This record gives sequence, C-alpha cells and structure tokens, in this order.
Amino acid sequence: MTIYLPIAELSVNIFIILGMGAAVGFLSGMFGVGGGFLITPLLIFYNIPPVVAVATGANQVVASSVSGAITHFRRGTLDVKLGLVLLVGGLVGASLGVFIFSWLRRQGQLDLVISLLYVVFLGAVGVLMLMESLNAMRRAARNEPVSLKRPGQHNWVHRLPFKMRFKKSKIYLSVLPIIALGFAIGILTSVMGVGGGFIMVPAMIYLLRIPTNVVVGTSLFQIIFTTAYTTVVQAATNYSVDIVLAFILMVAGVIGAQYGVRVGQKLRGEQLRALLGLLVLAVGLRLAVELVLTPDDLYSIAIGG
Amino acid sequence: MGRLLFALPTLALLLYGGVAVAQVPLATDMTGKEGLDIGTSTSEIAITSDFRGADLTIFGSVTNSDTLLLAIGQYDVIVTLEGPRDDTTVRRKDRVFGIWVNRTSMTFEHMPTSYSLASTRALSEITKPQTLTDLGIGIDYMALTPTGYLSSSANLKDFREAFRRIKQTGGLYQGEDAGVRFVSSSLFKATLRLPASIPDGVHIVHAYLFKTGEFIAERELHLRVIKTGLEDSISRAAHENPLTYGLLSVLLALITGWTASLIFRRD
Repeated sequence: MTIYLPIAELSVNIFIILGMGAAVGFLSGMFGVGGGFLITPLLIFYNIPPVVAVATGANQVVASSVSGAITHFRRGTLDVKLGLVLLVGGLVGASLGVFIFSWLRRQGQLDLVISLLYVVFLGAVGVLMLMESLNAMRRAARNEPVSLKRPGQHNWVHRLPFKMRFKKSKIYLSVLPIIALGFAIGILTSVMGVGGGFIMVPAMIYLLRIPTNVVVGTSLFQIIFTTAYTTVVQAATNYSVDIVLAFILMVAGVIGAQYGVRVGQKLRGEQLRALLGLLVLAVGLRLAVELVLTPDDLYSIAIGG
Repeated sequence: MGRLLFALPTLALLLYGGVAVAQVPLATDMTGKEGLDIGTSTSEIAITSDFRGADLTIFGSVTNSDTLLLAIGQYDVIVTLEGPRDDTTVRRKDRVFGIWVNRTSMTFEHMPTSYSLASTRALSEITKPQTLTDLGIGIDYMALTPTGYLSSSANLKDFREAFRRIKQTGGLYQGEDAGVRFVSSSLFKATLRLPASIPDGVHIVHAYLFKTGEFIAERELHLRVIKTGLEDSISRAAHENPLTYGLLSVLLALITGWTASLIFRRD
C-alpha cells in the first residue's frame, strides 16, 4: 500500500515506513535512546530528501521523548531545574542551527554536511559503544567486578563561576558548562534532526558528573522542548516538516519502544550494546560509501536562486 | 474566404479524454491578415494527488487564412504549455578528497517549472533555428540565461545541457514533433502532455502560427492548475500557514507520546 507524502513529494510504501519506525522504536526502547540518530539516515536511504528527513526526524523525536520523560517524571528521576538550564542553551543552539541549516541549503551543501555529520557521529559513537561493551564482556568473562570508581570527583568544570544548586540531582555546579552543552546539542538537533541524547547522556555523566539516575530523564525532558522548537522553526523557515511521515513514524515508534523496553530488561546489557554499536557503525559506513561512490548524475537542479 | 469570416471557431479543452467541451464565440479579425484563436472551456484544472499525467487537448483555428496555402500545408502551428516560472539552479558535483561535493553552480533566470510542446511538424522543418531562438520556442531553443556573472571558465553549454536533460528525464519537460493536426481546413487540435508531477499555479498556453516558415501570429491563454485532495491541502497549509502547521505537528507529537504513555502505563 503506497501513501503520498505531501512535503517529501513522493509516494512510499506505508509498511516500510511503519517497519522503520517500529524497528527504531524497538531499539530506542531497548537501549533508552531517542532513535533520531537512526531514523534520519534510514529515511535518507529510503530516498526521502535529507531536508525533509531532518525536520521530520525532529518532530518524531518529540513524541518518543514525551512518553519517556513522563515515565521518568513519575519515578522522580527528572531534574526540572537542571533541564531548564540545559534548555536555555538548547534553544539558542537550535536557533543558530536552523540558521546554519537554511544557509547550507542555499549553498547546495546541506545534503553533504548532513551525511558528513552522521558519518562522523555514528562512526565515533559506534566505535565507542563497541569498545566499551567488548571491555565489559571481557571483564564479565574474567568475573571481575564492574568498576564504579569515578576518577577524580572534581575536574576543571567544577571550578567555573556562576554556580547553582540542583536539589534533585544533589549537585552544586556552574551553569556555564550546562548551557554550553545544551547549546552544542541544540545545533545538532536542528542540523541533524536528532534529540542528541546519545551525546548528552555521556557528557552529563562523565563531564558534568551528574548522578546517573537523573541523567536520562532530564535529557529527555530537555529534548522535548528543543525538538519541538526545532520542528516549529523548521516548518516556518524551510517548510520541510512532513506531518504524514512524522505521524506514521511516531505511532510505530512509540509502540515499538514499549516492546523494546520489555525485551531490553531480559537481555544481557553488554551484548545488546555491542549489537547496537555494530548497527550504528553499519549505518555510518553505508552513508560514507555513498559519499565516495561516483553518483549516477553529477548534475542536480533545484528551484530557486 | 467568406465562409471563414462567418465561422465561429470551436474552442475546447478536453481533459481525460474529453469531459468538458464548450463553444466560445470569438471576435474575428477583419483586417485580412492571418490570425490565430485558441480557447479553453475552463481556466482552471483541478487534479487529485493520484494524478498520473494526462493529455490536454486544445482546439483553435486559423482565421483569414489563404485556402490555397492551407491546402498545401504551408501553415504550421506550435502550441506550448509553460508552468509557473522561477529561477532554477543547476549544480555540478566534483570529487574533493575522495568525496563528491557540489562545487560549481549556475542559476538560470525565470525558467518554466514544466514545459510541453506540440507542433504540426518537427520544429526544424517549420522554421529557422534563429526564429525559434528569438521566440524561445522548444526545449532546445528556449532562453537559458544565467544570472549574475559567470564564474571563471563556467561551462555554460554543459550546464544548459544538464538542465534540459534532467528536466526531460524527470518528465517535466516534454516535446513532440507532432501533436497538432488540422481537423478541418482551418480548425486545429493540439494534444499536450501534462506531466504527473505538474506543478500547481498559473500555466500559460502559447500558440504560434507560421506561414511558410514566417512567424505570423501568437496567442496566449492562462490556465490555473489546482491540486485537490488531502495531501495537497496539507502541502498548502505547510506553505501558507507555516507557523500554525509547525505548532500542529508538535501538538500531534505531544498527544501521540502522551497517549502512548497512558496506554502502556505499567506502574
């Protein structure tokens, strides 16, 4: 059954889109990630124009992060105050990101930059995940206890001014690195169509030393607003949010995520992470190959100056 | 001759094999010089989003024609349908450090987004290439004017060729060496192909009359193409009320996410 996507301006098989949404939703539920960093490249592989894939991806992440954030809020693992400080940087970053996005589009370099960013980020994250999980597997095989040591409780980040107390997270931290982190992720949200959890979560844990239990909930809370904001700004400036595509993806995604969570609880963490690492690497590699292969037609045309 | 003066040209636009036919009386040129009349039964075409392309038939007539010349086929008619015009940028990729990057680009001024052509004979048999170029008739002769300055050794020819090739392979530009035929001594019928991806907006039907290779008369008509159906309402909303559309997209996502967390609540 085909369905016409009004903004992407092409007909697609609805079951492929549903399958994509469900599969990414399943993975995101299993690993507690937003899934934006997988959905956007998959859409590009399925010939959705990158402009539309990025803006629509951001819209889809709104839905998946809302249901996740609500769960964390109920459990009390969400620091609203910390989330709001992150958001200040996030909104500024997302605004700059949309500006960069539109500029790149006018220059005709948008597709290339999106692909390059994905190759770099997916490659790096994939390698890191794979290494980390292989190490964990080796430790488990030798029956060594998992090291909980956090080397050096304080680093340079904790000497910065403008400190603020975050009761829920039980930390006393300068707002500067938090805003800077939000800002950087905000740019990625609008240029890549991701929530940015896959970078924000490790950065919050290892760089800002925020307690692990509040990290995921707080980042999801922040992601709702940056992706919602990005969706609105993308719709207003680039007219590139495809509501039909987004809706199919989000419905399949939230359902897939529920099953992903259940399966994830039963399986061994290290092996799952190794698998996800391999998948992330494969997607990055596929994008890299496309950049290097000689295109069928060296010329392309676009309406407008 | 006299018979022609009293003839009411029958003008019709047939879509989907002929749904609508209308007779429109026209003021006939009395000066003695050949003239051209074309008409459509409607100034608006509504197409649905499952549109897979169709033939558009336009009737017209040559007025004040010389019966002898008409009989020996010295009159030629070319009919074109031009989509809304916009600047169009052509980009070329080159390899940079192993990666294919858009390096050079050229923007052509006011190019029709779609173009179809029908004629009584091959364009080259109708008139001289120079005449076609002056009038801008035909995919190979239409003006492709680059905007701004030409950067260095920019190969204008390559970019023009690429523009024509991509437009034709995408089906937006279509030209035929036939498609117009005289159904009676002065009445002609032109069949133009509407591409599946026809853009909406105001299209212009141009008809040109040639006598033994000389350009004589020209007529134009406006034709509005409106896409209907849910998909196009969405597309229109996205372009006309982008802010509301964006807010609605977010609202939809919020509701979907929230509903999911209600349905699948496990604690």
